[in-house]
Amino acid sequence: MTYHQIGANRRQVLASVSAAGLTLSFAVAPKAGAADAGATPLNAYVRVAPDGAVTIVAKNPEIGQGIKTSLPMMIAEELDVDWANVRIEQADNDPKLYGRQFAGGSMATPLHWDELRRVGAVARLMLIQAAAQAWNCAPGECSTTPGVVLHKASGRSRTYGSLALACADVPTPDPKSVTLKDPKSYRIVGKATPQYDVAGIVTGAPLFGIDVTRPGMVYATYAKAPVPGARVASADLEAAKSVKGVRKAFVVEGDPDAVLVRGMVGGGLTPGVAVVADTWWAARKGRDKLNLAWADHPTSKQSTAAFAEQAKALGAGKPQRTARNDGDVEAALKGAAKTVKAAYAYPFISHSPLEPMNCTAEYKDGKLEIWAPTQNPEPGRQLCAKTLGIKPEDITVHMTRCGGGFGRRLGNEYMVEAAWIAREAGAPVKLLWTREDDMQHDFYRPGGFHFFEGGVDGSGKVVAWRDHFVSYGEGSGFAPSAGMSPNEFPARFVANYRQDVSVMPLGVPTGPLRAPGSNALAFVHQSFIDELAHAAGADPLAFQIALLGDSDTVGDPPSQYNAARMKGVLKAVGEMSGWAKRGKLPKGEGMGVACYFSHMGYFAEVCHVAVSPAGDVKVKKVWVAADVGRQIVNPSGAMNQVQGSVLDGLSEALHQEITFADGKIEQSNFPDYPLMRINEAPPVEVKFVMTDYSPTGLGEPALPPAIPALTNAIFAATGKRVRSLPVRPEMLKA
Amino acid sequence: MAYTLNVNGKALSADVDGDTPLLWTLRDSLGILGPKYGCGVAACGACTVHIDGQPVRSCQVPTEAVGGAKITTIEGMAAHPVGQKVQAAWMDLDVAQCGYCQPGQIMSATALLAANPKPTDADIDAAMAGNLCRCATYTRIRAAIKRASGQKEA
Ligand code: FES
Ligand code: FES
Repeated sequence: MTYHQIGANRRQVLASVSAAGLTLSFAVAPKAGAADAGATPLNAYVRVAPDGAVTIVAKNPEIGQGIKTSLPMMIAEELDVDWANVRIEQADNDPKLYGRQFAGGSMATPLHWDELRRVGAVARLMLIQAAAQAWNCAPGECSTTPGVVLHKASGRSRTYGSLALACADVPTPDPKSVTLKDPKSYRIVGKATPQYDVAGIVTGAPLFGIDVTRPGMVYATYAKAPVPGARVASADLEAAKSVKGVRKAFVVEGDPDAVLVRGMVGGGLTPGVAVVADTWWAARKGRDKLNLAWADHPTSKQSTAAFAEQAKALGAGKPQRTARNDGDVEAALKGAAKTVKAAYAYPFISHSPLEPMNCTAEYKDGKLEIWAPTQNPEPGRQLCAKTLGIKPEDITVHMTRCGGGFGRRLGNEYMVEAAWIAREAGAPVKLLWTREDDMQHDFYRPGGFHFFEGGVDGSGKVVAWRDHFVSYGEGSGFAPSAGMSPNEFPARFVANYRQDVSVMPLGVPTGPLRAPGSNALAFVHQSFIDELAHAAGADPLAFQIALLGDSDTVGDPPSQYNAARMKGVLKAVGEMSGWAKRGKLPKGEGMGVACYFSHMGYFAEVCHVAVSPAGDVKVKKVWVAADVGRQIVNPSGAMNQVQGSVLDGLSEALHQEITFADGKIEQSNFPDYPLMRINEAPPVEVKFVMTDYSPTGLGEPALPPAIPALTNAIFAATGKRVRSLPVRPEMLKA
Repeated sequence: MAYTLNVNGKALSADVDGDTPLLWTLRDSLGILGPKYGCGVAACGACTVHIDGQPVRSCQVPTEAVGGAKITTIEGMAAHPVGQKVQAAWMDLDVAQCGYCQPGQIMSATALLAANPKPTDADIDAAMAGNLCRCATYTRIRAAIKRASGQKEA
C-alpha cells in the first residue's frame, strides 16, 4: 500500500489492520539473543523476567515521532507496571507477528489505541490467573499494583517476575473479553514521558541507520543521473578503481522507469554506478573520477518554468474535467454582492531528512540481511525480493532509528540499491547517499496551481466557490500526492461549488511529504477564504466559524467533517491568541488565522508576524488549538510533534522550493535549499482541546494550517496577499 | 598515511589520506559514530566536534590539519563539566525528535556555555544558527540551553 492510498482509504485500513493485529499479536515471539535471557514471553509484545524486568516490543519504525515510546506506553499502562522497569525492544520487520509496521498517515495512535491496550491487559490477566492458580482462589479476587498481583482478602502478594514462568501454562484470554482501565486511574498514559532512547541520543550512541557496522563491512556510494531515470552512457570505472581504498566500481543497469514510482511501493533499481571502498570517503573520491555521461531521457526538456506557463494557459481555458459541481456557480457568482478572483501556486519541495538515505546489507548463501532506516520495511523487503530474484523469506529487515522521515522513507529504493551492491560486492555494504544525492533523487511534494473565483452575498455569506485545479498527472489520474478530494473543504459547505481539474504529464518523481496533499491545499484554500472574509469586510475568524455552518457534522464516514470540533478549536485559538485585541498591534504587524482538518485531527492556528519595510518577515508567535480526541498518550512527545510541525510548515512557506530545468533538479544542498534555523523559530503555544472521540495521531495535522495562518497574518500586516510560495521579501516590500 | 589523533583524551591512530575530512576519519576509521553527516558543506552542524574547545564542523577539517590538537566529540561530553549539564538538560526537557542533529546541537551548546555561561536569546541565536534541526526542535533547544545555564526557560 502506498502512503497515498493510506490517506484515501484510512478507515478501511484501520479496520483491516486492527482486525489482523488482534489475532496475530498474541503469538509468542522469543527473540534470539535478547538481553533478558530467561524471561518468559506472555505474547508477541511482552516478556517478563524473573527479576521483574519487563520487556515491551515496539512494533513500528521510529522516525522521531516518538512511537517507540508511545505505543509501549499503551501496553505498559494496562499491564500495570512501573515505567522505570520497562525495557523497550525495537521489533524487526515481521508482519506475521505484528501486522503492518509502518510510519505514515499519523495512523499509529488510532490503529493501536485499542489493540495495544488489550495486549497489555491480556498479559496482566495471565499474571493474575497464574497467581490465582497458585493461591487456589478465583482470579476475580485478585488485583494488581505496578508489577505485583495482590490478594487483598488474605494479604498475599506475588511479583510479576515470580509469576512469569507459570504463565506458560495459563491459556491466553480472549483480548475482546478483557476490561480496560478507567482512564482516571492511568499512571503512564497521559504523563509526559521522555523518549525511551533519550540517553542514547544525547550521548551519541550509534542508534541510526548510518551508524550500523558489520564485521568486514565496506562502504558504497551510488551515482545516478541528474535527469531522474536516465541510463549510464559511459563511466571510467578504471579511474575510480585507481583511487586508494576503492575495491570495486560497476555499472548497475537497473530500470529507468523505477524512478517514476519511487514514492510508491513498487519502484526498483534506478540505473547508476556503484563505487565500493574501504571507507566512504574513498568511495566518494572514486566516484568523483568516474567522468560520467548519461543517456538522453524523455523528460530531459522539462522545467518548472515551462510547467508554470502551461498551467497558466490551462487555468484560463476549459478544464479537462469537473470533479464536483454543486448548485449553479455561474449564477451565484453573478448574483453575489462581492466576487474575488485569484490565482495561487505552490512549488515542489523536498523531504530532506537530516540523515541522508542509507542502508546496510549483507548477502550470504542466498540470504539477505538488511539494516534499514525505513518507514515502511515490508514493501522494501518485497521490492528487494523482486529485484534480486530471491524469496522474501530469505530476507530479514532490521529497523534502525531514522534520522527523520517526513514520508521520504516510505519509498525503499536505497534498500534495493544496498542489497544489489552487497551481492555484487560479496561483502557487507553500507550504502550512504551524499546530501546532494538525497536532495536530487527525492520524490518531491508536487507543485500545483489553483485558479479561484468566489462570491459573498450582502450578509457576508459565501455563496459561490469555483476552483480550477491545475496539477500533474495523466487522464483522470493524478501523479502521486498531486491529487485533491472532491470533498476538499469548503466543498459541502458552500451551496454553489465547482471543482474543475486539468493535469499535465510529469516526469519528475513525486510522492507523500508530511501531511501529503494537505500541506499545499490548506495554504490555497485557507488563504482564499481569508480573501473572501476581507472582501466581505468580516472578522476572518468569525467568518471561518460562520462558513462551518450550523450542522455539527457534514457528510458520512469515512469522509465526514466534524464542523463542531473545528468550531471548538477556532474559538479556543481566538481566546488563546488575544485575537479580539489584534487591532492594537503596531504598524507592520498583524495576525492571521487558519484551520484545517487532516489525519483525523482538527487544528486552528493563529500566527503573529512583523514585516519590515524591506519585506523581511519575522514570525513572533504561533498559537495552536488542537482536537485529537479524549486522550493525549504522551504529552511530551505530542507537544514536540505539534511545535515541530508548525515550524516545519513555516520553514516550507518561508524558504523551500525545488525547481528543475532541462529535467535536472537545480538545488543540491542546504545552501541553496535553506531550512528554518533557530533564530527564525517563534514560540509556539499549544492547547489540546479535549473532546470525547477516540485519540488520533499528531505527526502531521498541525502542519497544514501553519502556512495560511502565516500568509493571512502577512496580509493583515501589509495588505499584501501572498499567492505563491515560498514567501519572498520582494513580494512584500513597502 | 597514519595519523595519531587525540580524541576524547585518548591517542588513536588512523591510516587515511591526509585530505580525508575529520568526520570520516572519526566515523569510518575510528568507529566514533556520534558526530553525524548531514551536508558535508558546513551548512548543518550535525558533524560538530570541539577542537581545543572550539566548535568546528568536522566535515570541513582535513585530518592532516588536526595535528596534536585535542578533539572532543559527543562521546566525550559525559566527562566535560559543562557538557554534562547540557546533556542533563536535553534529557530533562526531552528535546529530541529524531535525535540525529542533537549530538551537533549539544556540542555547539556546550561550547557556547563554556564561553558564555549566561547567554541571552540573541547569543543563543548566534551560536546555534549553524545547527539545523530538520525536526525543528528549536523551542526545546533554546529552553534546554537556558536550563543548563540556570536561567528562566521562557
Ligand atoms: S555535515 Fe558538517 S556541517 Fe553538515
Ligand atoms: S531532532 Fe531530528 S533533526 Fe533535530
